[in-house]
Formats: sequence, structure tokens, C-alpha cells
Amino acid sequence: MSNSTLPTKQRDHVEAPVLGGLGESVARPDGTLKVTGDFAYSSDLWADGMLWASTLRSPHPHARIKSINIAPALKINGVSAVLTHDDVPGSKLYGLEIVDQPVLAFDTIRFHGEAIAIVAADHPETAKRAAQAIVVEYEILEPVVDADYAISGNAPVIHDGGNITRHVPIIFGPQNLKADVVVKGEYEVGMQDQAPLGPESGLAIPADDGGIDLYLSTQWLHVDRGQLATVLGLPPEKVRLTLAGVGGAFGAREDMSMQAHIALLAMRTGKPVKIVYSREESFFGHVHRHPAKLRYEHGVTKEGKLVYVKANIVLDGGAYASSSPAVCANAACFAVGPYEVESATIDAYVAYTNNPPCGAMRGFGAVQTGFAYESQMDKIAETLGMDPIELRLKNAMVRDSLMPTGQPVDSAAPVAEILEKLRAMPLPPLTATTDGFDVIELPGGASNVTHGEGVRRGIGYAVGIKNIGFSEGFDDYSTAKVRLQIINGEPVVEVHTAAAEVGQGLVTLKGQIARTELGVQRVVVHVSDTQVGSAGSTSASRQSYVTGGAVMTACKAVRDEVLLYAMEKLGHLHPHLLHFRANYKMVNGEIRDGEGQLVSSLADLVKDRVFECTREYRHRPTTPIDPITGQGLPHAQFAFAGHRAVVDVDIETGMVKVIEMASVQDVGKALNPQAVEGQIEGGTAQGLGLAILEEIQVVNGKVKNPSFTDYLIPTVLDMPPVRSIILEYADEHAPYGLRGVGEAPTISSTPAVVSAIRQATGLALTRVPVRPEHITSTL
Amino acid sequence: MNPEELFLVELTVNGNPLSARVPARRLLSDFLRHDLRLTGTHVGCEHGVCGACTILLDGKPVRGCLIFAVSVSGSNVTTVEGLVNNDGSLGVVQRAFHESHGLQCGFCTPGFITTIHAFLKENPHPTEEEAREAIAGNLCRCTGYQNIIKSVLRAAELIDSGVRDDH
Repeated sequence: MSNSTLPTKQRDHVEAPVLGGLGESVARPDGTLKVTGDFAYSSDLWADGMLWASTLRSPHPHARIKSINIAPALKINGVSAVLTHDDVPGSKLYGLEIVDQPVLAFDTIRFHGEAIAIVAADHPETAKRAAQAIVVEYEILEPVVDADYAISGNAPVIHDGGNITRHVPIIFGPQNLKADVVVKGEYEVGMQDQAPLGPESGLAIPADDGGIDLYLSTQWLHVDRGQLATVLGLPPEKVRLTLAGVGGAFGAREDMSMQAHIALLAMRTGKPVKIVYSREESFFGHVHRHPAKLRYEHGVTKEGKLVYVKANIVLDGGAYASSSPAVCANAACFAVGPYEVESATIDAYVAYTNNPPCGAMRGFGAVQTGFAYESQMDKIAETLGMDPIELRLKNAMVRDSLMPTGQPVDSAAPVAEILEKLRAMPLPPLTATTDGFDVIELPGGASNVTHGEGVRRGIGYAVGIKNIGFSEGFDDYSTAKVRLQIINGEPVVEVHTAAAEVGQGLVTLKGQIARTELGVQRVVVHVSDTQVGSAGSTSASRQSYVTGGAVMTACKAVRDEVLLYAMEKLGHLHPHLLHFRANYKMVNGEIRDGEGQLVSSLADLVKDRVFECTREYRHRPTTPIDPITGQGLPHAQFAFAGHRAVVDVDIETGMVKVIEMASVQDVGKALNPQAVEGQIEGGTAQGLGLAILEEIQVVNGKVKNPSFTDYLIPTVLDMPPVRSIILEYADEHAPYGLRGVGEAPTISSTPAVVSAIRQATGLALTRVPVRPEHITSTL
Repeated sequence: MNPEELFLVELTVNGNPLSARVPARRLLSDFLRHDLRLTGTHVGCEHGVCGACTILLDGKPVRGCLIFAVSVSGSNVTTVEGLVNNDGSLGVVQRAFHESHGLQCGFCTPGFITTIHAFLKENPHPTEEEAREAIAGNLCRCTGYQNIIKSVLRAAELIDSGVRDDH
């Protein structure tokens, strides 16, 4: 690193006793800092002489820029720089999969909130005032706001190449089968926001070597670096990123937001530049979950066996591609759900529109289809007069079942067990609505104006499936550097990766792995940065698997080197070391042979030597899917989870109160049970939010509710007790048998809640979030 | 533009008396974060919804983002940093959060800790229902609240068992 001093509060490592190895509920090593206020989030950093940045964004969803006059902003006292697209030295476009998004808009505005100009000034308020002083002349254009229309061939073209960002067809099994019963349904999913509590923020510091150092929140340091290097016209090694504290992510930080803006301003002014988005800007500054329309047709036998599934799925990708192509593939691959079917015919499309760009959010394509296929399963059960659980059990995937892509699920697929366990869990008691009950207990709480006459109890079930790790042949790897040395007579292991800790607890797990593999007490976890190789993205529930695998592999390499050294030094006393090295263990700071006899303490053996190994870890290879048939082996691992939701619905007011969420999930191996439960509970809450609360309201391309007053995320009063059962069926392909945890609970939570509301009301409810008027308007 | 007029504000923050001159519109949350560099008080929504900026004003939990710094002259302000024991060990609510996995990203945590600290002074033996109501004004996006409720109850338990808490 060229800058010798870190910004104020930025740390370069976390050292706290990680007391406990794999499989134990170990407290977070960053927990102490986080509860005392000392943990430095990317919004908390300071550097000497630092300037503050602000962004000017478009008030129109679709417009042509006729002129940009920055002179009024430059006249304001305290303003150091005002930049537009003219000031971008390298590529004016960036993007994760398709390079189509302007760093700063030129010629055309394609969505409400698109960044046009950036300002650096001596105070955040000055920067904001200056940004507002910039005069932009627009020619307002009609926005394309409907995804069906966008891909109809009749709509204006938003990007060269047309409005279909990707089409994924899947043709599986014999086609055009007949079935006893045909059940059709159309479903719609609204636009959900990740709403991490920490806003987008970062600090860029220009370096003496002509490069730049950035301290920021992101999900993937190296992919940010690659994009930044292109935009800044710098070689990648001159763009150095360090992860600052991240206040949640959930997909919102997979694309760049402020990264290039602060880097450009820092390069221009020669001074450190900091930015912190407001909540409103955060809503405009990151991508959202794709809204979707899903049209399904299921053919089933009278006995309830699925014969065929046809699905037409249209995702609204908004103005720029982001990760739309991968989301589209997920929607197609998981369109049938965790069920066996003889024949599938699926077309998934993702469209360019002039709505806000959509990309990664927890569940990533599998959430949208999860709501649709589980709604269909309920509808089929109702049509056949079958119990919805029995119907699901009859069609549940098992090990070696085929996905619609033709890929076998070649590890545990305990779908039936998940359903059975959910059904067997005790139910919460009915809410009293007679004899002196407390009105607070009713749906709507104190604002409920009835006396509970209209309260109905409903119980709903849903199961979901999702891929873990990057798919479709992507070279998905992570890198870990592990160092062992003796400090003050005690063995100390340092772990260094570029993996983004965003709150999920990877920082704990890295320490647990090192401690277990190398048998040491003291583990220092370095803050993630680009000084080691890429860790890949903190998304697709993949970091425990891939970065966990990299740390494991690097630790094993260090152990092997230590044992080789032991052989060199002590081989005359321990001849078995030569051929039976693998039987030797490192525990409690000692090396012991296969019989448990002491060979040496690490301190005595290692002395002044330093053992350091850097290793990459890859999950098993996957293949692309055939562009015509959708057949292939696109996925490395599958996750299964299910939910039972219990709700009270007041059918007179339309208010819903979720009484309890029960969850069963196979996690392969729970490396930190407390952290696993935390992921399940948090994912359940976000799924509940999509079911009844959360939607970005976009009217004619304009976002109407970019605030926490108007975009509702669940509070504790919306979020009932969660009962969870964790299954541990080891996946033999994965390190320690683990299965990614983060996303699966978000998938089945939403359809379970809606299913429960359906059961309580008898309504079809084909759209999420379900709003009170959806319940009352049909009375 | 004329330089903004500055006003004297004298207050006690985490036990330390101090005075400063600030513009009339300087929010208390910005004053704490930017002027005093007490960045443990987080800003998540800027209009009083998320509760991440909750601080204790003369012992009562208030939103730092809804109060002007000048208006708290003469008051006693406690931030999450001020709830650490005098010997540097964690205060009980802080300890309960750490032990009960009451946080993931941790951005909302300071606002919960200050809120719960004040709540437990009023109600040292809350039921689970009371613990839920106590935190109903704070948003958390990571945990689904289950372990935050556990943290409230655990903190009450720690206080009962006589664990040190200096504030």
C-alpha cells in the first residue's frame, strides 16, 4: 500500500479470541467493536483534508440531455470540483455482466435517479447545494415502463441490441403431454429493496504513485477494482481497495454505486473524498429485486402427480443489465421448484425498461418463481381436493432427482423430511377474540377498530430450492493466505482473504476454521483488501463454501509444511512422519502422532520460522446451459428450505398479523449454529416483508417511496417468533459437508405467508406484497 | 454567501462537559458524528424511522437525527460509546448483544443498545412481550429480531445477577 497511514478509525485486522472451533456457536470477533460503537463502517472514516461528495440525479425516467451547465455549482464557495461524463478518463460505461451503465449519464437518461454529475466540496451540505445548482436541460421522453410491452417488439429500443437482455428457454422431457387436470395461474411479484441499514459510503484517497486507495462497502472488492481500473484508465494494481465496515448488503452492493464517483473526484482534486448516501439516495443508488410476471400451467394426474409444467416468466430488469442475465437463468432453472416433473417448458425473459435497474437480491431469481410455483401447488391441491402437504410430498425431489436442466441433484434433497418436520411442529394457540381479549393482539394492533369478529386463522406451507455459488460454468474461486508463526512463545495464525464480511459472520468462520485446522488458540483475521487474490462475491450464499474452502485448503497446506519441517528436524525420532504425515495432528499448539503421542510443541519446533501458504479453492466445475434447450449442469450445489406460516387475518380491515414462522432447512453442516439460526431468522423476515409489506412503488417510471416512512421493512411487531429446525446432511462435494445458508430461507418464507393468508380468507392472492385492499376489496 | 451564524452549545457528552459553536441547523446526530467524531451513533434514514441514531438525552432515548444540537444545551447526552464501563469492559446490554448474537452487520446495534439501556432502567424484569414492545421503534434488517429479543432478556438476567454496569 502506498499510503502509510490508514484513515481514522479504519482497522487492518480483527483480533479477538475466537474461542471455539467448527460446529460451535462462537461469538463474533468483531462483536465487541460493534456493540461499543468502535467498529468503523464505511460512513465513519476520516482523512486529513478530506472533501465530501454529492451526486446530481435525474428527476426523469427517460430523457435526452440537451445540456449540462456546471458553472453555477463551481461558483459556490467551498466547491473543489464538479464532474460530468466529460471528465471520465477511461470507459464511460461499467457493468457486472454487460457493460452498459454510464458512470455519469451522457446523451440519454434511462431511469429516475440516474447519476448525471458529481461534486466535491469542503462540507457535505455545500456539496449538496452545489449539486442542486447544476443546470441540466432535458428533452423529456416517454418512458417504457411495462416489461411485457418492452419485449413485445413494438416498444422503443432502450439499448442497442433490443430490450430482451436475456431469454432462457428450458425444454425438458417429452413435450406436449396431456394430463387429467390442468391448472393455470398468473402471478406477480413487486419490486423489493434490499434496504441494508448502512447507506452506500466510502472514502477515496489519491496516492503518490498516481494510483488510488479506496475504503468502502462492497460485496466483491476485486470486481469493483476491475471496473474502477477501466473507468479510471489505470492499471488494476494501482487501484487498491480495502473493505471498510459494511452495514448489510443482501445484493445491494454487488454493483458499483459511489465507487467510481469518489475515485474520479479524488483523482481530480488530489484530495481524499468521502461520500455517504442519504436513505433516499440509497434507494436510487442501488439495484433492486426484479419485479416479475409469471404465467404458469401445470398438468397433473388425478392422483396429484405432476406431469408437466409450462412457465412464461418476464422479469423487469429496468434501465441497465446489472446481474439480470444470471437472475433470468435462476428464474428459469428453479421455475418448477423442488419437485420432480416429467416434462417442463420454460421461457424466462428479462427486459430492459425505463424502470429502476434491478439486479441481485437475496434469493436472486428463485424468490420470484418460488412465489409462483408454490402458489400453483396450493391451487392444484385445492382443485384436486388434496391436502397441500400431501400434494407436495407426492412430487418432492429426492437425491438424484433431475432438475429441468437435466442436472441430477446429486446430494441430499430432504424435501419430504422438511415438509414432514414442518407439519409435526406444534402449532401456536388461537388468538382469543372473545371474553376480555386484548385488542393489541389483533391484526393491526391498537389501530384495529373491530372487536375481532372478522379475525380468521390461516396456516400455510411452502418449500424452496436455490443454487449455491456462481453457476453456468463461471470460474468461481476464492483465495486465502494463511500464516503461522510464534509470537511471544505462542503460536499465532493470521488469515487474510479479500472476502467481504457484510454481517453474515464469515469473519467468525475464518477464525473457527483456522483454529480447528491448525490447533491454535490465537487467530488474527485481516481486514479484507485487494492485496490478496480475489475471494469472489459475497453472494449466492457462497462465502462459507468457497472462502471457507480456501481458508481450509491454505491451513492444510501450512500444516503440511510444518509437518515436513518437523520431519526434517525430528524425523530421526519420528520415522513415521515420512509416510504417515496425514495421520499427524496439530492440536492445542502441539503436534501429535496418530497414536496421540507428543511429537513437539509448535513453539519449540517453529521458533523463528514463518509458514505461509496462499491457496485458491474452487467449487466443482459447472457447465453453461444450452441456449436452445436449457440443458446442462449449471449448478454446484442446491439448498432446500421450507416454512410454515401461521397468520391471523382480519377480513374486515384486511390487516394481517403473522403469528409464527416455522422453518426447516438443510445446511449440510452447521459450522456455527448460532450464526446459521441468525441467517434463517433474518432471511425469514425479508421473505415476510415481501409477502405483506415491501414494495418500491414505481409509477410511470418514477419512484414514489424512497424512504423508510413509505417503504416498510418489518419491525419486531411484524416479525413473530421463529421456530427453526436445522438438518445436517453433509454434501460430500463441499468443505466440511456444508451447504450455503443465507438465501434459502428468503425463498419459502414469502409463499408460506401468502398461503396462510389464502387459507384464512379463501382468496386467490396472486400478487405480492399482499395489501389490505387485496383482502377487503373482494368482500 | 455569508458565513453561517454560529451558536454556543454547552453540554455533557458521555460524562465529559464540553462546549462548541455550531450552526443553528446542525443535527445532534451530525454534531456527534462529525464534530465530536463519535461515529458509534449511526444514521440510517435521517428522519426518525430506523432508530439507529438513538442516543440518551438526560437518560431518555431520543432520535439524534430529529434534534438540533443547539437545542440540547445544558443537557446530558449518552451515546453507545458512553455505555462502556469505566474500566473498558462492556456494559451489560452491550455484553448481552455480543453473547446472544444480537447483531450481524451491527449498523442498527447502537440504537438498540441505547434504547434497551433506558428501557431496562424503567423495567428491569421485562416479559418477552414487553421486550418486543420496547424495541418496536428500531429497525434491524439482518436478524429478524429473534436474537435482539434474547439480548434484552439476557441483559435483564445479567443485571439481576449483579453483573457490573457503570451506567
